[in-house]
Amino acid sequence: MEFGRISRRHLLQGGAALTLGAATGARPSFAAETTIGFIYVGSRDDYGYNQAHAQGAAALKKIPGLKVVEEEKVPETDAVEKTIESMINLDGATLLFPTSFGYYNPHMVKMAKKFPKLHFEHCGGLWSDKDPKNAGSYFGYIDEAQYISGIVAGYSSKSGKLGFVAAKPIPQVLRNINAFALGARLANPKATTQVIFTGDWSMPVKEAEATNSLIDQGVDVLTCHVDGPKTMVENAARRGAMVCGYHVNQSPLAPKAYLTGAEWNWEALYPKFVKMIAAGESIPNFYRGGLKEEIVKTSPYGEAVSAEARKHADDVKAKFLSGDGYAIFKGGLVDNKGKTVIAAGTDRGQKDPELEKMDYLVEGVVGATS
Amino acid sequence: MADGSIGLWTVPLAVLGGAIRVSTPFLFVSLGECITERSGRINLGLEGTLVMGAMSAYGISYLTGSPWLGVLAAGITGALLGALHAGICSLPRVNDIAVGIALMLFGTGLAFYLGKPLIEPTAPRLPAIDFGWWSDIPQVRAALRVNVLFLIGVALAPILYWAFRTTRWGLLIRTAGESSDAARAMGHSVLLIRLRATMVGGFLAGIGGSFLSLFYPGSWNEGLSSGQGITAVALVIFARWDPLLCLWASLAFGGAAALGPALQSVGVTSGYHLFNAAPYILTLAIMIITCSPKRTLTGAPAELSITR
Repeated sequence: MEFGRISRRHLLQGGAALTLGAATGARPSFAAETTIGFIYVGSRDDYGYNQAHAQGAAALKKIPGLKVVEEEKVPETDAVEKTIESMINLDGATLLFPTSFGYYNPHMVKMAKKFPKLHFEHCGGLWSDKDPKNAGSYFGYIDEAQYISGIVAGYSSKSGKLGFVAAKPIPQVLRNINAFALGARLANPKATTQVIFTGDWSMPVKEAEATNSLIDQGVDVLTCHVDGPKTMVENAARRGAMVCGYHVNQSPLAPKAYLTGAEWNWEALYPKFVKMIAAGESIPNFYRGGLKEEIVKTSPYGEAVSAEARKHADDVKAKFLSGDGYAIFKGGLVDNKGKTVIAAGTDRGQKDPELEKMDYLVEGVVGATS
Repeated sequence: MADGSIGLWTVPLAVLGGAIRVSTPFLFVSLGECITERSGRINLGLEGTLVMGAMSAYGISYLTGSPWLGVLAAGITGALLGALHAGICSLPRVNDIAVGIALMLFGTGLAFYLGKPLIEPTAPRLPAIDFGWWSDIPQVRAALRVNVLFLIGVALAPILYWAFRTTRWGLLIRTAGESSDAARAMGHSVLLIRLRATMVGGFLAGIGGSFLSLFYPGSWNEGLSSGQGITAVALVIFARWDPLLCLWASLAFGGAAALGPALQSVGVTSGYHLFNAAPYILTLAIMIITCSPKRTLTGAPAELSITR
């Protein structure tokens, strides 16, 4: 590997000037053969975050005239800059998707400044006005799909105890936990959601221990927010509990136990991006959306989901898809310490920036953020 | 109770269950390393062996449908990696620690490369023996679902303890580890003894890996080991190269790993990072309590490159 990198670097030092010259002549629309680069932080068939992006990349491969290059397990260090440079200089990539959160600053921003004619799209919603205009961020309000999962989980749980295996108490994760818990309370006002933080994005033994501990506490429906939900899904199903998935559809792992899940819908979004560029439009630097914008979706219901649960979940989903939208975090919201976190009368909709700073767990969640 | 929860009892039960579930890889790797180090060589590459074992066990179990063949394959893979380590180390002026680090990287890298197509499929797992049949509390039953490999590991510890003291080959390994000159004077090839000891060590570490992928957590992915092989090697040092202490140390580590999630599940949520770090704090504490600047570690084989 190291030798490969060194020789590549030498190559690109020579090639950089040439390619830059060629890039200045590039038009906004795609030529006959356009190359798109995808960079993943982990393995692209992890049944999780990276697989969701790889499914998006696979959707692009089907479009004629597009060539997709991919590299897996690129750490969030200057290694990603080298990968980006080699994709640009050796493969001729003109649109890049460094998909992991930590790739953005300083790595992707630096590359976007260095190659001002190329497009960079980052998953995570970190773009700000100070960043280069050829860089962009997109992200999905996956809490909407978690809310639907919560409704289904609330109906499916016999004990009224739900479990959530989470990585770290950061706003995005807390938002998912809260949405899941609020959804569950819609179905069963007494439902509680117990959360366990494992401390990192990929800790299979901790995730398995967390799953077992939750089930020992009487939890009978679990979901998670970690990079690879496979461990939780398989271990919960073995113990006879039911699961809601995350990132991608995990039902092949546990067909009987799988209720539904919150999935990314990158295979719908990425072709849209490509069409926008081909049509000469610019992709908004800050691109976000939820179920309505087809950035997230829910897994098909499993056989264990009751007709009542399906109906309620479908009704709420229809509200998300409607023109008016639907606010999960409504006024009068109390956290699990009894403090009012959203004053009565103010509904916080999907795009409300206050929700990006979430640092609380709502009433009905058992657990603490620190 | 009526709702199926057992309240605070979850914590001791989870620690017990965790000790049984999580400790097995520690146990096998540390017993294997114990044999290797007693012969006078350190194999730091067991992290790589563990991951290779996990990957090959999963692959063979998936391809043949028999998890036991997977366990065997993991053992053989481990023995081959052990032979590689011993082979390189038998060359003159080769540092076994450096070779171990190289093999650790080689083993994990090779396992990730070969294991790529194995992340998605689901392989048949090892069966568990239900020791909780006497209880009608499902949590107790779940905690006492014990895998045969754990029992083999538990039996192996006293057998090794006995073997090091009383059997011919046990004494030979110790002779090679305490004084290679003495072993040579007795007419034995030190290199051959160390080759065998490293291979057996690798075999056991490979089996430890098969437990990870075939029983608990029970699937192959790249974060599976997250340093358990290295921890187990360190564990041998604070178990003072004693197989019986290796057993207790492994159980303590397994239980400590379960402590963080279990405490959170009963509502002790403050400082979960600290509880998640429990195994490492335990290591540090034991190291600090037992070390002394005035003498070398008691029980350390004299031929080890760290004591020499």
